[in-house]
Amino acid sequence: MNRMGTREPTRRQLLMRIGAAAGSMAAYQAMTQLGHAAGTDFSGFPSLSGARKGTTVLVLGAGLAGMLAAYELRKAGYDVRVLEYQNRSGGRNFTLRGGDTLTELGGATQHVGFAPGNYLNPGPWRIPYHHQGLLHYCKLFGVQLEPFIEVNHNAYLHDSDSFGGRPQRYRDVMTDFTGYTAELLAKAINQNKLDQPISADEQHDLLAAMKGWGLLDKNYGYSGTELVALRRGYDKMPGGGPDGAPTPSQPLGRAAIMKSGLWQWLAFNMSYEMQTTMFQPVGGMDMIGKGFAKHVNDIVTHNVKVTKIGQDGGGVTITYVDDQGSGAVTEAKAEYCVCTIPLPVLAEIEVQASAPMRAAIQAVPYASSVKVGLEFKRRFWEQDDQIYGGISFTNQPISQVSYPSTRYFTDGPGVMLGGYMFGPAAYAFSGMTPAERVEEALKQGSVLHPQYREEFSNGIGVAWSRMPWTLGCCSAWSEETRRAHYKAMTTMDNRLVLAGEHASHVGCWQEGAILSSVSAVTQLHQRAVSAA
Amino acid sequence: MRRVFHQALAALPTLPVVALALLPMRAAHADVASSVAGAGTTSTDGQVIYAQVCQGCHQANAKGATGAATIPALAGNPKLANAGYPIYVVLNGKGGMPWLGTMLNDTQVASVVGYVRTHFGNHYTDPVTPQDVAALRGPAPTPEK
Repeated sequence: MNRMGTREPTRRQLLMRIGAAAGSMAAYQAMTQLGHAAGTDFSGFPSLSGARKGTTVLVLGAGLAGMLAAYELRKAGYDVRVLEYQNRSGGRNFTLRGGDTLTELGGATQHVGFAPGNYLNPGPWRIPYHHQGLLHYCKLFGVQLEPFIEVNHNAYLHDSDSFGGRPQRYRDVMTDFTGYTAELLAKAINQNKLDQPISADEQHDLLAAMKGWGLLDKNYGYSGTELVALRRGYDKMPGGGPDGAPTPSQPLGRAAIMKSGLWQWLAFNMSYEMQTTMFQPVGGMDMIGKGFAKHVNDIVTHNVKVTKIGQDGGGVTITYVDDQGSGAVTEAKAEYCVCTIPLPVLAEIEVQASAPMRAAIQAVPYASSVKVGLEFKRRFWEQDDQIYGGISFTNQPISQVSYPSTRYFTDGPGVMLGGYMFGPAAYAFSGMTPAERVEEALKQGSVLHPQYREEFSNGIGVAWSRMPWTLGCCSAWSEETRRAHYKAMTTMDNRLVLAGEHASHVGCWQEGAILSSVSAVTQLHQRAVSAA
Repeated sequence: MRRVFHQALAALPTLPVVALALLPMRAAHADVASSVAGAGTTSTDGQVIYAQVCQGCHQANAKGATGAATIPALAGNPKLANAGYPIYVVLNGKGGMPWLGTMLNDTQVASVVGYVRTHFGNHYTDPVTPQDVAALRGPAPTPEK
């Protein structure tokens, strides 16, 4: 409360005043400082001019972070080699299609049976518009992008204990939750029941907002009026001809809406990282990895397992084993090393680094995550339910199902994401056989889509804790480990610098790999140039 | 102790889902599944907890597995001789292994540690109690928002 009656300027008012007083450049700078005009921390491709040509660098890992380092350092004149454990480049940026096989720890092998053109992105699957680093490299490498549908108002929200266990349309939950909230607040204002008095002006503004935002009637009530139908839709849709008049749909009960907890998924989709516009590469997420690989694969050695990272005043010595063929042990030497090996693997490798960096490597575990891909004989979600892309959420362990944001209206089979889990459900699904993961996803998903059993064709379940090359999905920092270890994790240690999503504040996103690698090659270059 | 625990568990389903989401470890700022991480297992049966939580990495036969690095075997593992070690690792994690102390309560940790120490070729029969676990609990990590 401001007793003097003068109101604090809003941020927008402040910006307009700055703009009016000092011109638009000042307004832009002020906006940036207030955090409005910025994307992620990507400020452009790394500028690595003046390198001593032929300075040798070993990059460990050919995921996005490793390939970015290789690409940028070679372009700057460094002599680069990349060592990769897998038989392919791309790391967690990968896509499974029909004909692919996936062998997990424990030995289970899945043969992907998807029809041509269908795929599952077991790892990253969506790109926020503000992940400008990743998007810049997509553009550079000609990776074609299309919209990823995060929010679909016609998809479902489901809570087993609400509404008789019946899934509700996202649109209905959103409209009713908003309407009832507005109604309650409007009533409180009109009855002067807010616990702090507000000015008559603000009362007026707030009531107008509640009416328009919540679609309230003239008595500030939220009821099944034709006005509400403009957002919520109709029980009988507007049509043509003599019987074309629509029937508005009726809201769900207020107490049931509030108790259901379904608002949480509305809130989830409001978060900065889920806001529209989101993107996906046309044809599968691995188009990005392939875009990088096209430029660096000639310097990648696949199928080798790093067993020791040594360094001294003269350079680095990387010991690795030919993991597929002879088992031969090799020592490779270079002046510098960029290590992008995932932490659960790196934590088991002898690393010659400062005590703080070694402690950081040991300190950050990886979260467990599971995705299930289900191919159905037809796109029943489109044909029967008018759901085109997007996500339906459920409080069942599968957490959600998602519909392909591509190839709409096509005949023939389509692949849905049949479950995407972190946390306890991911642990539980990881412990199942692949066939059990698929069966459990079918069972739970049938609650959302009764067509599941009849239309099912084939499926796969990918458990990140059992991926032999990461032993987990992605880094799980705590506030305590961030304070204690982040600086050591991300600061070049003599001749060794770490990169990967774990070495960023954008953990578990590809953007984190990009930004960490930009930082790593920049540090390496500064050190190499100053040493020359 | 045991009675109190069961009452606490019985209360869980009536909590708002958002409160449950705070319990298990989550990757911060992640491309996470949703805002709801879901509830952990409520079982106090060590065999059930092993299947629901541990075998995703350590395998159903507890023999671990080797890829780019090794997930250690729990089968025939002499490091289990002193119960304090596995209790500490389950609570706090180790290397790539996540901390599970925010997901499992003292009774559950005692139960699963007791199960592993008496199965898979391990024969450490001294009992593991919830009090043993409580004594080793440190401050819980704060997952990043």
